[in-house]
Amino acid sequence: MSTPRIHEMCAVEFADKIRRGEITAEDYIWSIINRAKSVDGKINAFITMASEEALEKARDIDRKIARGEKIGRLAGVAVAVKDNICTFGIRTTCASHMLENFIPPYDATVIRRLKKEDAIIIGKTNMDEFAMGTTTETSYFGPTRNPWNLSKVPGGSSGGSAAALAADEATLALGSDTGGSVRCPASYCSVIGLKPTYGSVSRYGLIAYANSLEQIGPLAKSTVDCALLLSVIGGYDSYDSTSVNMPIEDYFRSFTSDLRGLKIGLPKEFFDEGVEESVKKHVWSAIHKLEDLGALYEEISLPSLEYALAAYYIIAMSEASSNLARYDGLRYGYRIDHDDADYSRVYAKNRRVGFGAEVRRRIILGTYALSAGYYEQYYLKALKIRMLIRREFESALKKFDALAGPTMPLPPFDIGEKINDPLTLYMCDILTVPANLTGYPAISIPCGFEGDLPVGMQIIGKPFDEKNLLEISFAFENNTDFAKRKPGLQ
Amino acid sequence: MPARPSGNNKVKGAETMREKWITKEEIEHIAQLAHIELTEEEKEVFTEQFNRILEFFRKIDEVDAGSIPPMYHVLDIVNVYREDEVGETLPKEGVLENAPKKEERFFKSPRIV
Repeated sequence: MSTPRIHEMCAVEFADKIRRGEITAEDYIWSIINRAKSVDGKINAFITMASEEALEKARDIDRKIARGEKIGRLAGVAVAVKDNICTFGIRTTCASHMLENFIPPYDATVIRRLKKEDAIIIGKTNMDEFAMGTTTETSYFGPTRNPWNLSKVPGGSSGGSAAALAADEATLALGSDTGGSVRCPASYCSVIGLKPTYGSVSRYGLIAYANSLEQIGPLAKSTVDCALLLSVIGGYDSYDSTSVNMPIEDYFRSFTSDLRGLKIGLPKEFFDEGVEESVKKHVWSAIHKLEDLGALYEEISLPSLEYALAAYYIIAMSEASSNLARYDGLRYGYRIDHDDADYSRVYAKNRRVGFGAEVRRRIILGTYALSAGYYEQYYLKALKIRMLIRREFESALKKFDALAGPTMPLPPFDIGEKINDPLTLYMCDILTVPANLTGYPAISIPCGFEGDLPVGMQIIGKPFDEKNLLEISFAFENNTDFAKRKPGLQ
Repeated sequence: MPARPSGNNKVKGAETMREKWITKEEIEHIAQLAHIELTEEEKEVFTEQFNRILEFFRKIDEVDAGSIPPMYHVLDIVNVYREDEVGETLPKEGVLENAPKKEERFFKSPRIV
């Protein structure tokens, strides 16, 4: 077996080697930087690389080790961070013209926690503008390309984070998931991506899009890495009023490959005619693999899922219209130079030039859905449907340990193919939004390839039962080779 | 404000798919509320797109949700109180650092009155 090149290593492998003195943090960071230099011109996974800071931090860690000091659990590990998570001193753009020059004066809680464990922020990754998209095409900095096939989208909105991992330009990555934005690119780039239970990871320092739906989530090349990253970023934070006080675990310490007795429900709505046959084929064979490993499955129905996508978009746009009201170009952000003009026209201009078309679309539609006369028809009705869906999931997860299906209804498609048709693009989120509406945790696991294009399986679990999702992922990964394959990228 | 083209934008009731759920005038009004300027071309494109999106949203009309309570949030959130103690705050320079226009220790706003 060939040993992986330095930049291909998993975090857990690297952590072992650095502790045994077999590698230095500086050599490893150089290897990552050189890899990014040679491939990112094609991929465009990063908006900002933080190479200098990263090398400095790597030397620090090497000195710590030389002195025999204690080092953190992620010592030296290169983490790519989605560009909507605030990093002190490193610009954080949300892939928007609006925040092109915004340099946060503070760290998000998840970043503080990474630094406490001696992780290294290698750069800020590309995304759909303000996380509004499914393809990473709405970025002000141009689209990210899928490392498996450069003419295809990498998924979104955390497309840069997933592509950076698939192209070995980083070892771990953070994304955010409002309606599938971690799981979709994980599926399209063949990496593992998890949306934690709402409230389990602090949103302090995450630039808000739809705050009742979104969570920061880990992306990784292996389940063990994903578990390690989650255990570092998770846990109560008094800076986030929706943070839940639950103990955090080192989830991966107790993994087994034994799924005997695990009960999986398969909602038939996850396999209906909107899902491409090729996707169904790979997901079914993954489910049979889980069966071989001892799991039992049963087909079920969650009838309200039919309304999930409409309800999701109404709620997300409504929250967006409120959250993005803060961008007036005064305290930060894009500001046009018209001092003498009427203030409301200055704001309106700042926001026309500062925001891209999709962001403007969602703000205006959200404002509409919340406006007098339409509030009950749209927003309030969507919230009622949200409750119906939650009740159905609650009762299904009393009977089953987890629910499974595809992550995306179709394999990665061409860049440019759907971007001019918003509604068709929204439809791609049909299988991922239920976990955000309910707040339940969900993971996407690489489960096959259609030609050279990755297919992902989604598992949804009970609230705060991430351990079970990771357990299933671990068992599947250990008995298949999908997560180990590399794109033929030169 | 550019003059509105007359005649081609009837209120609801025109019931063409193009303006079945929302008219171009309504979009202009909502965009104004949201403080977003739109170009003429954008208004045309948004009118067509919004009507298709709203047509899709109206799928929720099929659900009879009369007695179902709305779910504002996934957690049973109650207000949390804390002592009113002064904590750490950002330094003034840090706060002003990202302001496109400032004067002394103030953000500079456009003319309000």
